[in-house]
Amino acid sequence: MFYFENRQIVTPGELLAEGDYIAGSNTYKEGLKIYASRLGLVEYQGKTVQVIALNSVYIPSPGDQVIGKIEDVNVYGWAVDINSPYKAVLKASDALNKPFKQQKDNLASFLDIGDLIFAKVMAFDRTIDPLLTIREPGLGKITQGQIVKVSPAKIPRIIGRKASMINLLKKETECKITVGQNGIILISGPSPERERLAILAIEKIVQEAHTSGLTDRIAEMIRREKGEKI
Amino acid sequence: MSGRIRLIDENGLRVDGRKPNELRPIKMEVGVLSNADGSAYIEQGKSKILAAVYGPRELHPRHLALPDRALLRCRYHMAPFSVEERKSPAPTRREIELSKVIREALEPAVFLEKFPRTSIDVFIEVLQADGGTRCAGTTVAALALADAGIPMRDLVVACAAGKVDGVLVLDLNDLEDKEGEADLPVAYMPNLGLISLLQMDGTLTVDEFKQALNLAIDGCKQMYKMQKESLKARYVAIKEEVEEEIDSCLQP
Repeated sequence: MFYFENRQIVTPGELLAEGDYIAGSNTYKEGLKIYASRLGLVEYQGKTVQVIALNSVYIPSPGDQVIGKIEDVNVYGWAVDINSPYKAVLKASDALNKPFKQQKDNLASFLDIGDLIFAKVMAFDRTIDPLLTIREPGLGKITQGQIVKVSPAKIPRIIGRKASMINLLKKETECKITVGQNGIILISGPSPERERLAILAIEKIVQEAHTSGLTDRIAEMIRREKGEKI
Repeated sequence: MSGRIRLIDENGLRVDGRKPNELRPIKMEVGVLSNADGSAYIEQGKSKILAAVYGPRELHPRHLALPDRALLRCRYHMAPFSVEERKSPAPTRREIELSKVIREALEPAVFLEKFPRTSIDVFIEVLQADGGTRCAGTTVAALALADAGIPMRDLVVACAAGKVDGVLVLDLNDLEDKEGEADLPVAYMPNLGLISLLQMDGTLTVDEFKQALNLAIDGCKQMYKMQKESLKARYVAIKEEVEEEIDSCLQP
């Protein structure tokens, strides 16, 4: 038995379903009852009951692509801030394209404190700090563009179903948009106006993330703004 | 009763005109601070309290980190201007105790084990005090935790009951608390039916205690509805705005 309609807002502790169902993300089960554990939108999909959080911190997960900032340079590698409660580690062997020699290689000349990187999370099991790598095509140091920070919970909405939203943004604003799963987005476009337009659209998505028909409204907004300015 | 203030008048009403089982007027708002991860504000009668939550975040100093769960830290603080005579801003014994008590009231509701080695920091700032601030502080802190997107078993809601002039009353104000015979603050998780804080000051018979406890739990249930509404209100408002926008686009 379901107690809510799909996509209704629920608060922690609210009874979502009773019976033979599976407790999905942001829910917990006691006996046959499934309760919400976070503020969010409820979703019933077949036997699964889950809540899509409206706000959350970023918890690393292997395979995620993130944007991070170099916080410290050590003898073996770098400490990286990835907008998460857990500080990430990037080992020199996962960054350099050659064998790492402690006596010869000066790590600070490769990546220094304050540099931004686009990296992939290799491993994280909550007992050790997350490990990053940049030894893959498309990853590495960020040299240009603007950074936007949003709540990590809104990232799936910015990407959209089958990447529909992000493709729309890329097409309409002609910007290169790199989305980090940790809520940091890199935008580099042909002109500052176009970059501003992309940022404006992202802010609107974040603000209205829990409403329906968002993709169409964003498309309309971008076209309207473009008509006025360009 | 000579020389003392009458707390219940001949019509059975209290000093602020309430019935014995009536709450003070309550206003709750969520998401009032943009720099905190989660925040909330409550006005309960003349008491005004602001709560801010940060986290889960990296814990400093590091040696306090717990290997299996997050550390919940709580600071209850009264602003120097919150009471009639200026209160020194340094934490008093009472504030340190209330910080601990509120932390312990919130702890069972939060899934701390989901964020090992991190900290969740709760700041409760009393802007204006008129009794019942430990309860209102707990209620508003739970709202701020939910707003920060921290996983919780249930919201925590707190309310006091007590006895003044021989009558059991709900939600005592400062005067009733000081002049009355007993005060019984209760923090409650309504969906789970669990009590996470129970204190008593003064004297009650066993029978009165049972009645007062039920009265306080009834008060908690009323406030719980308001808590849920205020959490949803913020997002519902945006939703309605958007729907209006769509409607106005379709009109011409």
